[in-house]
Amino acid sequence: MNAVDFILAGMLAAATPMLLAALGEMVVERSGVLNLGLEGMMALGAALGFITTYTYDSHALGFLVAAVGGAALALVFALIVLGFVANQVAAGLAIGILGTGLSSLFGKSFESLTISGLPKLALPLLSDIPVLGALFVQDVVVWLTLLLALAIWAVMNHSKLGLIIRAVGENPHAARAIGFRVLRVRCAAIAFGGALAGIAGAYASTVYTPLWADGMIAGRGWIALALVVFGTWATGRVVFGAFLFGALSLGELTTQAAGVNIPSQLLACVPYIVTILMLAVISSNRRRMRLNTIASLGQPFEK
Amino acid sequence: MTALLSLQGVSKRYGAVKANSGIDLVVDPGSIHAILGENGAGKSTLMKLIYGVESPDAGSILWKGQPVTLASPADARRLGIGMVFQHFSLFETLSVVQNIALIVPGRQADLARRIRALGAEFGLEVDPEAMVHALSVGERQRVEIIRCLLLEPELLILDEPTSVLPPQSVARLFDTLRALQARGMAILFISHKLEEIKELCDTATILRGGQVTGRVTPRDHSAKDLATLMIGRAMPPPLPATPQAQGEVRLELSGLDYINDDPFGVSLRDVSLRLHSGEIVGIAGISGNGQQELAALISGEVMRPGDAIRMMGRAVGGLDAAHRRRLGFAFVPEERLGRGAVPDMSLADNALLTAHSAGLVQRGFIRRGPERAYTAAIIAAYDVRTPGPEAEAAALSGGNLQKFIMGREMMLAPKLLLASQPTWGVDIGAATDIRQRLVAMRNEGAAILVISEELEELFQICDRLHVLHKGHLSPSLQTAATSVEQVGSYMIGAGA
Amino acid sequence: MSISFTRRAKASRVAMLLAPVVAFCCAIVASVILFTALGKSPGQALYSLLLEPFLSWYNFSEVLLKMAPLLLIAQGLAIGFRANVFNIGAEGQLIIGAIAASALPVWYPMGDSAWMLPAMLVMGAGAGMAWAGIAALFRTRFNANEILVTLMLSLIAAQVLNYLLLGPWKDPNGFNFPQSVMFPDAALLPILLPGTRVNVSLLLALIASVLAYVLMRHRFSGFQLLVGGLAPRAARYAGFSETRAIWMSLLLGGLAAGLAGASEVAGPLGQLQRSVSTGYGYSAIIVAYLGGLNPLGIVISAFVMSVIYIGGDNAMVSADLPVAAVWVFQGLLLCFYLAGLTFIRHKVTWIRRKVAP
Repeated sequence: MNAVDFILAGMLAAATPMLLAALGEMVVERSGVLNLGLEGMMALGAALGFITTYTYDSHALGFLVAAVGGAALALVFALIVLGFVANQVAAGLAIGILGTGLSSLFGKSFESLTISGLPKLALPLLSDIPVLGALFVQDVVVWLTLLLALAIWAVMNHSKLGLIIRAVGENPHAARAIGFRVLRVRCAAIAFGGALAGIAGAYASTVYTPLWADGMIAGRGWIALALVVFGTWATGRVVFGAFLFGALSLGELTTQAAGVNIPSQLLACVPYIVTILMLAVISSNRRRMRLNTIASLGQPFEK
Repeated sequence: MTALLSLQGVSKRYGAVKANSGIDLVVDPGSIHAILGENGAGKSTLMKLIYGVESPDAGSILWKGQPVTLASPADARRLGIGMVFQHFSLFETLSVVQNIALIVPGRQADLARRIRALGAEFGLEVDPEAMVHALSVGERQRVEIIRCLLLEPELLILDEPTSVLPPQSVARLFDTLRALQARGMAILFISHKLEEIKELCDTATILRGGQVTGRVTPRDHSAKDLATLMIGRAMPPPLPATPQAQGEVRLELSGLDYINDDPFGVSLRDVSLRLHSGEIVGIAGISGNGQQELAALISGEVMRPGDAIRMMGRAVGGLDAAHRRRLGFAFVPEERLGRGAVPDMSLADNALLTAHSAGLVQRGFIRRGPERAYTAAIIAAYDVRTPGPEAEAAALSGGNLQKFIMGREMMLAPKLLLASQPTWGVDIGAATDIRQRLVAMRNEGAAILVISEELEELFQICDRLHVLHKGHLSPSLQTAATSVEQVGSYMIGAGA
Repeated sequence: MSISFTRRAKASRVAMLLAPVVAFCCAIVASVILFTALGKSPGQALYSLLLEPFLSWYNFSEVLLKMAPLLLIAQGLAIGFRANVFNIGAEGQLIIGAIAASALPVWYPMGDSAWMLPAMLVMGAGAGMAWAGIAALFRTRFNANEILVTLMLSLIAAQVLNYLLLGPWKDPNGFNFPQSVMFPDAALLPILLPGTRVNVSLLLALIASVLAYVLMRHRFSGFQLLVGGLAPRAARYAGFSETRAIWMSLLLGGLAAGLAGASEVAGPLGQLQRSVSTGYGYSAIIVAYLGGLNPLGIVISAFVMSVIYIGGDNAMVSADLPVAAVWVFQGLLLCFYLAGLTFIRHKVTWIRRKVAP
């Protein structure tokens, strides 16, 4: 298998955990809340998903439990930042630390155990295209994630629900004045984001690399946060960014396969370095940032 | 005849502040009813109660004789109540039709058609597909009104609707409102402008300090009577206009161009003005025409190197706010909390914010004694009602905080003072005091630039006027030689 | 009837002091419930976690040893947090500081110059500053969010550490363990309390606390940082440079973390090894918040947090709790504390609605 085939076959699956988490976070941020606890919610989802799938031999159940776990942790966050009007940055860090800790705690006795992943489904016709065909042989979660991205795009841009979320994110006081329940909208968005982060973690631990290792999320929650900025809060660009990172994260394996001799630890830095550079390129266009930034992002809302 | 809306003994308090206490109000169907009161009298709170944004602590609200509970604006809209907010409830990143679709049911294409039709009928033309951030303030008000009208309300509430309109457009708005009244709609018109209420309204309920102080037919009373009911005493007399000998140029803008990075902001084109010591120059115009940008450019909060801005004879485009202050510049911004003062800091620390040069800092160390003394001096000299220098800025009323900030800046004895919307949200007593102090400072030789929406205020205190419209500044007008009509025509960009 | 928060006219000092204490109690209750659910003995866990650190002089001295880096880093971070500059990458700055400080003894394993140790500390502090300075550069020059950049830099630093320990800096006689050579005596910090491992880094941390106090309480530059954090537009209005605040916050945070990293390798570790990175950089964030971002409060919270660290080590053995339990506890603690903070500026009111007859 050459490097191009390898990347085409693998990038969507590699992108999926980051994409799921980033899509959820995008909705949360559009409602005006910054949840930095993505890494923790993913880690918790990964542990719960793995444990459930291992114990009951059901991926579906694993995803369900991970989603519930992620959402539950997100609701703790919601309680702190919406109910108690706390600093969102600090609360996000607290949730990140708590989630990562819970993940290690729960996963302790499952260390290094393995399960089977999910079978790949080939899209008829498309998968027969030469070279590009490899792109169309993926597991069901990848396909569902892409459908979800489409659904989120449609809701955010073409539905009243999307308008309400955007209105709440831009100007919560005005939204309240015309009768929308800002805290309820935000709470629902946070729970949705948490559920997706949980599923994202479970995908990483039960499908992408179906074995439990402590700390397996390895910064992907943070990259997902950066992807939301990279995508300037627009679904299409977030999807594009996730694919780019999916491909990048395979670069390490690819160069090794190609026999290039660069220490693996330094190659492992590449996604992080690219994240920093990418943030710089996107953020330095202040006009564009201002046009897309969520006006009330990170600011507590009090009546 | 059953009243359309009646309130009985309605009260609302926020913490220790009684915003409304025991309010009784009766609005008849098809009438234009004024709620008159000065800033802080409780008008906005009352409207929020009627529109269901807030719930009353006590009292009852009756709609067509039936007691109702308004738990949210959606409840109010269902009954047939619409509201046009003073600081609009529109979303800049959404289009006009999207803003409307938020609360009006229907497909967006249909809504767009109805928006055009309604606009043509009532003189409220607006492009449904335009993004709200690209609209002028006046257009935004039209969007707010249309959004209400599409729900076919029986009662329309307008909160200070004329404060964002030039004089000519006020007449047009009144025509629209009379047309609506002719259709049987009742209108609740909130204002502190006596003449407007006399012209438009059938009845007026007057509020002072959260209580009703009168119910009158405004046409039958003089402005003086209404004012007495509103503020509890006669209106303060106008200030004596004493022209001063002018001295050297303290501020000079020559062909200032500013391309705004902010896509929601205004760009300035070829702005020129000269300000001498011993004079007050006013910048008139509706907010949102470049006032904020102009103030930030003069204050140094936004820096643009070049010599288009000169202060005390020096080009200052590349100097930051602290440097400009060192040249003898002081600034009272329009936003008090969060810009002119740090809400969570004590008044003493808020004095330090800009008065540090007055001996409050030595070798980088804060001198707490002088800091406290300076603060106490501001409080005493400018009649700031507060427990003392340790009180937090957020705990002060708008008028008191404005007096504090004004005092802090004036006590620095600046050569050049910029005051932006100096009496916004301030009660009439404090506003009069602030205007008198500005005039006194001018008489002592300071150069003062006042940016204000209140034409009356500018005509009262300024020696000369400019009008800012869509980032363009009119030529200088001598206050004594111009008229509200002439200024008004500049305000809509019609020129002399 | 409904519950709501109303704003107090003035911040409540009582609530300010009570918040961390109540949060601590709540975190204990929550942990007990959690540990019991996991089938551990909560009594034994609490005993190990909270009491054992005080039951022997050795344990207590270990608390003081852990306190030094936590205190130092937290003081540095708190300055930035108050200015709304969120450096969450102290872990990376600590690692880079440790690496830079280790360069000298790794290159001169037989060195005995009296300048070795001071040079190491300076290199460590400088490297930490430089690492944080990258984030400052990206934030001021390119507007890139410092939270994400400092975190990414931490992940990179961890990989650089791995690379050095598995590659060029691996001790050739170290049985293939990922660690450097042992440092010579000239590269080690003097012991402060004889008979323990507590070294002068604790003294450095206490001095840093005093300096932080003076900066934030008495210096005009500290006041400028505070204004920038509380009301950025007021800072711009007064002409306080945002760029300067960002640089100052990140450089001071990096300096403290880098110095802490250098003190770890020149202190209890005596060599560069992976365990230099045990999450002090992240714990210090919690320490900073729990101390109310106040230099004096941070001294107390750093002590409490190091008790939990040492107690957690004990609990691993005696109550069979994994290390992660300490992280869970810290996360809970911060969650409860942030919720409790609300009561400083708000009071709870029960509103009984009088409904019209």
